Amino acid sequence: MAHEETVYDALDHAHGGEGQWAFGTGFDDPLAGVDTTIPEGVDAADLGAYSLMLGDDALVLCQRLTEWTTRAPELEEEVAIANCGLDLLGQARLLLARAGAAGVLGRSRQTATDSIPDEDALAYFRDADEFRNHHLVEVDGGDYAQTLVRLLVASAHRLALFVRLRESRDPVLSAIAAKGVPELTYHRDHAARWVLRLGDGTEQSHRRAQAGVDAVWPLLADLSTATDVETRLVATGVAVDPADVREEVRDVLTMVLERATLTVPEWPADRPSPGRAGEHTDEMGPLLATLQGLAREHPAATW
Amino acid sequence: MSAPTLDRPDAAAPDEAALQAHFDATIAADRRVEPRDWMPEAYRKGLVRQIAQHAHSEIIGMQPEGDWLLAAPSLRRKAVLLAKVQDEAGHGMYLYSAAETLGADRADLTDKLIEGRQKYSSIFNYPTLTYADCGVIGWLVDGAAICNQVPLCRSSYGPYARAMIRVCKEESFHQRQGYELLMTMMRGTPEQRAMVQDAVDRWWWPSLMMFGPPDDDSPNSAQSMAWGVKRHSNDELRQRYVDMSVPQAAALGVTLPDPELALDPETGRHRFGQIDWAEFKQVISGNGPCNAERVSRRRAARDDNAWVTEAATAYAAKHAS
Repeated sequence: MAHEETVYDALDHAHGGEGQWAFGTGFDDPLAGVDTTIPEGVDAADLGAYSLMLGDDALVLCQRLTEWTTRAPELEEEVAIANCGLDLLGQARLLLARAGAAGVLGRSRQTATDSIPDEDALAYFRDADEFRNHHLVEVDGGDYAQTLVRLLVASAHRLALFVRLRESRDPVLSAIAAKGVPELTYHRDHAARWVLRLGDGTEQSHRRAQAGVDAVWPLLADLSTATDVETRLVATGVAVDPADVREEVRDVLTMVLERATLTVPEWPADRPSPGRAGEHTDEMGPLLATLQGLAREHPAATW
Repeated sequence: MSAPTLDRPDAAAPDEAALQAHFDATIAADRRVEPRDWMPEAYRKGLVRQIAQHAHSEIIGMQPEGDWLLAAPSLRRKAVLLAKVQDEAGHGMYLYSAAETLGADRADLTDKLIEGRQKYSSIFNYPTLTYADCGVIGWLVDGAAICNQVPLCRSSYGPYARAMIRVCKEESFHQRQGYELLMTMMRGTPEQRAMVQDAVDRWWWPSLMMFGPPDDDSPNSAQSMAWGVKRHSNDELRQRYVDMSVPQAAALGVTLPDPELALDPETGRHRFGQIDWAEFKQVISGNGPCNAERVSRRRAARDDNAWVTEAATAYAAKHAS
């Protein structure tokens, strides 16, 4: 009986100031001991804009993955997809907080109440034209094959960036990248295993996987051209030039698709990313309406 | 690993009376029954029914709160909720595994759920109308589940008891998270406080129904108690839950929607009003507000994605050598 009471009575300590359960007790703070001052010679506005780009990619992809919750093909996939979503959400929160600290809150701060943390002001109170994510992560995920092809592409690209970003002169970006590398390694591995199974599974799964590849491939055009912000930050050792990871990403994707008996489409011609400039597809509006609706309905509330 | 062998009474079985005596002695001594042990067929069937129903409840239980995942009002709340819903999928997995140690098959149990041949907790047939519902589900629904489930950590069937220890630890974490959300909302705007009270008004009575029918109308209880599968009666657990919840409601600043709720100074326990068992029977027999929606989503997850599982099976067969 003692055991029973102990478990239930823990509730009495619920309001004892441990407000951080989302991170679990005993989890390491990835920024513990990290100097969060902006390094000398680094432009704060650029650092903030760059953090937003990487943060928005993670937040928006998390939202798309989470759409599968309670609808996944197997319980094991419920757990795995939620895991990827949680990792990306964690990365997004750190990156949006970094962007906020660098002072790029923009219009969001005019509508969000003061007590709302920077990460939420940025996630919930920006309009689509202020989001900086690539189209790759915002478009509808399609079926499970297309979802996993997109996850493969997005995680292969992000992993290649994060491996290099660990050397960033900004200690915060460096720490976020160091935390993200093992997470993204898992995401890429999970997606690659499924692309193999689906590509080399049944006639139907092969057809769906190929259709997924064909739908996702044109979006690769946006990933390799540095924005002006990135170019300036590459010069100061803060950012990674996305052009530098292009060949590695292409090699990884080609290897997986060939082993999956899928046809590798022509790599599309590079173009500046419209998403990085705040231009989004028609699918971004509904995505944000769902994400932000409740928070905006109660702008003075704290949750 | 081969499937556990189950020594069912058949022509080749040793003297059944001796096996039964050994089983009875195990139960009497409060020791665990393990998958390889002989057990009466009714014990096995009863356990499969109970564990499957519990597993189904975890999986269906992902939906009411899962409906708020995309719209959670802060990134921290989104992380908390996603982790919780993920835990429920995990609970479902280990409970199905526990049922599989008794010779059941997960896919077959899922079919039975979808075809309405096995039940899940009727509480998950109520809708989640506001974000406060996520907090109230944590506080009241997970709280009631903990009251029901903690005694199952001492269930006579070993794999079930062990699964329940982990489930209960995580449930208690979820309950604290739910209560903390409600505390935060009660410190928020008047609209937020109204949302919390409204959610409490809607979930309180259904949470009392989670303990099952009254003892004098609970057909499976007596045998389950005798076998040590169940440890306390429905009414006993319900009373304990009410006694625990009243001070928590007071600390939160909400009113429980029962004018008859009052402390009996003689017993130190709370008297409470009459539960609407007609509503309970309606909901459990499929006529609750969300029964059709809950089951149809589960059916869609199985049917619309069957090609994924078929592909994985085909791939594994091709690459088996």
